[in-house]
Amino acid sequence: MVNIRRIGEEQRVRETSKDVAKGGAQQTPESNGMTVEDLSAFYGSFKAVTDVNMQIKRNKVTALIGPSGCGKSTYIRCLNRMHEVIPGAYAEGKVALDGQDIYAKGADPVNIRRRIGMVFQKPNPFSKSIYENVAWGAKINGYRGDMDELVERSLKQAALWDEVKDRLKESGYSLSGGQQQRLVIARTLAVEPEVILMDEPASALDPVSTQKIEDTMEDLKKKYTVVIVTHNMQQAARISDYTGFFYIENMGDPGRLWEFDETSKMFSNPDRKETEDYVTGRFG
Amino acid sequence: MSVQAGRGGERDPNLWRRNVRASKLRERGVTTLFAAFAYLSILTTFGIVLVLIFETINFFRQVPIFDYLFGTTWRPGFARAEFGVLPLIYGTLLTTAIAAAVALPIGLLAAIYLSEYAPTGLRRWLKPALEILAGVPTVVYGYFALTFLTPLLGNVFTGISTFNALSAGLIMGVMIIPTVASVSEDAIYAVPRGLREGGYALGATKREVATRIVVPAALSGIAASFVLGISRAVGETMIVAIAAGNLAQFGGPLESVQTMTAYIVAVSTGETAAGTITYQTIFVVGATLFVMTLILNILSIIFVRRFRETY
Repeated sequence: MVNIRRIGEEQRVRETSKDVAKGGAQQTPESNGMTVEDLSAFYGSFKAVTDVNMQIKRNKVTALIGPSGCGKSTYIRCLNRMHEVIPGAYAEGKVALDGQDIYAKGADPVNIRRRIGMVFQKPNPFSKSIYENVAWGAKINGYRGDMDELVERSLKQAALWDEVKDRLKESGYSLSGGQQQRLVIARTLAVEPEVILMDEPASALDPVSTQKIEDTMEDLKKKYTVVIVTHNMQQAARISDYTGFFYIENMGDPGRLWEFDETSKMFSNPDRKETEDYVTGRFG
Repeated sequence: MSVQAGRGGERDPNLWRRNVRASKLRERGVTTLFAAFAYLSILTTFGIVLVLIFETINFFRQVPIFDYLFGTTWRPGFARAEFGVLPLIYGTLLTTAIAAAVALPIGLLAAIYLSEYAPTGLRRWLKPALEILAGVPTVVYGYFALTFLTPLLGNVFTGISTFNALSAGLIMGVMIIPTVASVSEDAIYAVPRGLREGGYALGATKREVATRIVVPAALSGIAASFVLGISRAVGETMIVAIAAGNLAQFGGPLESVQTMTAYIVAVSTGETAAGTITYQTIFVVGATLFVMTLILNILSIIFVRRFRETY
């Protein structure tokens, strides 16, 4: 009995790792990345986003574009249950990470946010030293390994190490805006999440800083699944594999996912006219 | 011609006549008036400090400053008068310490609850209610300490004196809770939402965000609330005058003590003749109190500068 069960388990493990190794095509959607089904987001009685269905592929960059106020930020905040932090805000529908619904009863938002990290529009370093900013998240999550090593590795991944290695004890606020944002990325990486959500991470930054952040994203997608909201069309085209276009047809309606496809198709030959108008800069 | 007047850049001078002289005069008059009131308040403060200094110098012509600062017996009105201020400073520090032990932790925890945990509706009426508590006249607190709290403490500590430092200190603590809570709450509430969200996004619990991100970020405001509370306790008069007794001695918490403020009240309301040395002690003790709160405020500024966590 015991032996048979163990063999069965081993087989399952082997199959799973085979799936991962093959990547993409043959996997069931639920076991791969994030699956969003019929997601709607509310602020009290106001419905901000309605009925979003989306397949977010593992180890790919998914960009979310669209005019201001059409629910991109609200939507991305639903993907790690950050939306409900705002008083009166809630979401309906299903968001699954590797097949597990993060909105299921008993799902712990604290644990979910550890697995699905987030970088915000405005750099928000903690009022602590550079070192502590990176180490804090790992500390509260009970990291037992070599903290110095983790801090260094995370800062290197965020392309900030060379600029701060001699001043780790200084306040996070002594850095420039672009450095602060990379510090926040390093902080997010330090808790080793599976998915990283970025809500217009470069909108407040100069072109050089933006370039640095885009460069890091190229590395990030080797290890992480990335979802990024951006107003910068070239940025979306450059860095993403998939693009979702959010749009509101009539004033006062909730935002909808208007079109979602591979980035190359979205920017060259989208199915819907509004998408084409937007990506070619005819409005928005 | 009249068409020309309407055109931009060529306005008709007959339609536009500002009385430049009158408006300049008014401007100057208003400036002088505001300056006068600003200087009035500053000069008043200066006047008070000058009187304090003047009377203090007179006092120290008769009593050596060393005897005053380090003497351990305070009995000014007696035939063999002694002017060691330490018992009064001790009384002040003891009651203040008891008050701080009550007010600082309770005030800070209340502030954290109000800002981070209380539902919006509850916060909306709980905070003003708390601030009303700060408006209760201190004489009410004083009699509350004497007639309610002291008998209650007597059940626990047998042999407690009718006038004692503990009861006065505890009630003084209750009195400053609203100050500490309200000022810290403002500081904690002002911490940007982005910092909290940054914490949540790393998988922090509400408690971890509140105690390890929000409170450190609000530290300078919290420190300011502590100093404000302690300053109020040091300067508080009515409660200690009523409930702490008037014995200038190094008594324990259950015994009578006399604070600097209570001494000033006791002497000012008696029939002390102006110009006597006893009369001058009022000013010298007042000046000591003034220096103490000044040091406290300077320390707090240094503290806040050093530990300020900007955001």
